Amino acid sequence: MDGTDLAGRPVTRPRVPAWPVLGYYLTSYRRTWRSGVFTSFLLPLLTVLGFGVGVGAYVEQGVGGVDYLDWVVPGLIASTALQVAVLESTYPVYSGFHWSRVYSGQQAAPLRVGDILTGHLAFVLLRVLLSTTAFLLVAAVFGVLRSGWALAVPPVVVLLGLAVAAPVFAVSAVVPTDNHLTILFRFAVLPMTLFAGVFFPVESLPVGLRGLAYLSPLWHGVELCRAATLGVAPPWPLPGHLLYLAGWALVGCLLALRVFRRRLVV
Amino acid sequence: MVALVLPRLVAAAGTARRSARVAGRNVTAMKLSYWLLLVSGFLEPLLYLLAIGVGVGALVGDLTLPGGQVVSYATFVAPAMLASSAMTGALAETTFNFFGKFKQLKLYDGMIATPLRPIEIALGELGWAMVRGSAYSVAFVVVLVAMDLTTLSRGLLAVPAAVLVGFAFGAAGLALATFMRSWQDLDLLGSVQFTLFLFSGTFVPAEAYPQVLRWLVEVTPLYRAVHLIRGVCVGVDGWGWLLDVAYLLVVTVLGLVVAARRMSTLLYR
Amino acid sequence: MTGARPLIHARGLVKRFGDFTAVDGIDVDVRAGEAFGFLGPNGAGKSSTMRMVGCVSPPSEGELRILGLDPVRDGAAIRARLGVCPQVDSLDPELTVRENLVVYARYFGIPRRVARQRAAELLDFVQLTERADSKVEPLSGGMRRRLTIARALVNEPDIVLLDEPTTGLDPQARHLVWERLFRLKQQGVTLVLTTHYMDEAEQLCDRLVVMDGGRIVAEGAPRALIERYSTREVVELRFAAESQEKYAGMVAGLGERVEVLPDRVLLYVADGDAAVAEVHGRGLAPANVLVRRSSLEDVFLLLTGRTLVE
Repeated sequence: MDGTDLAGRPVTRPRVPAWPVLGYYLTSYRRTWRSGVFTSFLLPLLTVLGFGVGVGAYVEQGVGGVDYLDWVVPGLIASTALQVAVLESTYPVYSGFHWSRVYSGQQAAPLRVGDILTGHLAFVLLRVLLSTTAFLLVAAVFGVLRSGWALAVPPVVVLLGLAVAAPVFAVSAVVPTDNHLTILFRFAVLPMTLFAGVFFPVESLPVGLRGLAYLSPLWHGVELCRAATLGVAPPWPLPGHLLYLAGWALVGCLLALRVFRRRLVV
Repeated sequence: MVALVLPRLVAAAGTARRSARVAGRNVTAMKLSYWLLLVSGFLEPLLYLLAIGVGVGALVGDLTLPGGQVVSYATFVAPAMLASSAMTGALAETTFNFFGKFKQLKLYDGMIATPLRPIEIALGELGWAMVRGSAYSVAFVVVLVAMDLTTLSRGLLAVPAAVLVGFAFGAAGLALATFMRSWQDLDLLGSVQFTLFLFSGTFVPAEAYPQVLRWLVEVTPLYRAVHLIRGVCVGVDGWGWLLDVAYLLVVTVLGLVVAARRMSTLLYR
Repeated sequence: MTGARPLIHARGLVKRFGDFTAVDGIDVDVRAGEAFGFLGPNGAGKSSTMRMVGCVSPPSEGELRILGLDPVRDGAAIRARLGVCPQVDSLDPELTVRENLVVYARYFGIPRRVARQRAAELLDFVQLTERADSKVEPLSGGMRRRLTIARALVNEPDIVLLDEPTTGLDPQARHLVWERLFRLKQQGVTLVLTTHYMDEAEQLCDRLVVMDGGRIVAEGAPRALIERYSTREVVELRFAAESQEKYAGMVAGLGERVEVLPDRVLLYVADGDAAVAEVHGRGLAPANVLVRRSSLEDVFLLLTGRTLVE
């Protein structure tokens, strides 16, 4: 790509073009991270206290021989990853096309559509990683991490983050109004959060709904996180969970790239 | 207080009419996607009820209330879901949407050039939020009765209680929104809302909290709302519900007065 | 109607924001059927005056009567009979063009059926009938302005207040707006407008006040103001130098008055061509010479020493 123009001046492009894109998001994040700290540390803490400890005291027999608190926290971590991933890839992406029009600005620079997409996705994953790490620290303080495998949680939630963020990028790029994004939250994100094994085992769901829970990327993320913090084997063989999430990520990325190209390269 | 509010209420023969026209604007602005959004808003408390009340309820089993009654966990959680959905619905319209119309779209700058007064704009927006919120409450109560989580007669009483909860949070939301400077402030409000949702005797009886936390919780509006509606749906113990009703009425009036004052200051520069 | 009470009557009107005095004691009378203008640069206090007249900003001091009523006590009653076109459009982006008019009419208590009919007439008047079902967002600046003007007419007001009606519009769009406003004037609607465009003021206003720093510095009909304060013609000279300053001395005495601006020198004279001949006679060779009639711009310059549009 590098070369010289007609006047003999060198034509330059960033070495890793997605870097400056990520840099843009980090720069704007610098201005708002303070309120983010509140949400990243305090809300997990409150959720663990209000729900985990509170309700846990009433679940006398635990879940499968494990204290309810120990059982529910890894689920909450995975569900936080889902929330952050979806939140960061809905309105910001929609805004990039409709309100702030960041993407058209970036496209005027020597960046390819793939670079723009990669840079933004990388930022979203970074946010997922930060929030879940914060949650993991809170969990450690509560002593609910029962295995050294808990260190595997960060890479797992990044994979989960990509598995949901990528397809949501594609959706946010095509919806005609931001109201549709709220509908996405109501009909996809909320049901997933509530019924994919975060708060109670999916085995108690009716068979049909259980199938839907298995299809959701969140269930796989929850089971992997839970296996890691409790130090037990996940319900499916490990590669099965990982490949399933990778499949969502791959298909999502391809879709997002396609949709971004269609919208930005006119 | 009465001297402040009463003349306004009396002088407001036309106020109701004019407020209705502000609400009418919102009806006109409803497009297909917004309708879908509106209808799907009902889904949210129902999903929570099924997941927490039924799903987690299977793990918890039955609960013994302070009055000695033994109820299923779903019966315990359901009234709290009704109260918090009345809160969420009212706040969505009166903080997020109201802030957008006020500071982003500057719609009210256009409205005050007409005979409309700030209090009428506030009442119109609140009234609209209540039409929407009441519809949700009715639908949710129907579900509660159908799932045998309350009786029909208690359910009929729960609707006005939920509407009162909506009015209180809606009026408070309007007042708070006039102090918001940016969308970040609204995010913060959302976090506060979530905290209330966690700690208002929603998932476990407030009696289970440590003493200090319990006192703190008992003065928050959502706790009073949950207390009132749970009392209506499950069984009233004593006259505590009168305190709840008074509390919510005061919040409603105070919220409206502050909102109208602030709007006057901000709009009539 | 002559001799009747003025529709707008202000004496010693003051508006303060904290320590800053935006309007500093102005006297104004606007009579029924006239087109009245506030001419002045940005920050002269025009918009603050308009907001007070529109009963959305309580005066800090002084007397103000609109339609014979007190704007603080009877604000709502007065506003019912005003049409306001604010400086920044406050159209409703969630509504269509037509809905904007109908919904706004409802705020005045106009029955829905009448509102619909009036919206149709007004859309026709401002030439937006074809865009009736479009949203506001895709409209051009000129179209939005016309829609705002239509919205200001929806209650058949006694007075129409227009704050900078054509600021930010391209020349074509401006002329279309002027043409519509001129029609309103012919229909006998009382117009009150602010502007910092002297051509707008000259074209539309029967009478105007020139404002600067919150005060009124002159008042009268546009032509009369020009005759009173300025000469018949103006010669504009542009010299090719960095600074025009040093040429001021060389043209001294050529007219009643000489003004030096950063980019040109103005000679106020009775006969422009004669003055140009004299300039050349003195051996001066300006890069550019223009002879024109005096305008309100010159009146403002002579009264304040500053230009209207900076």
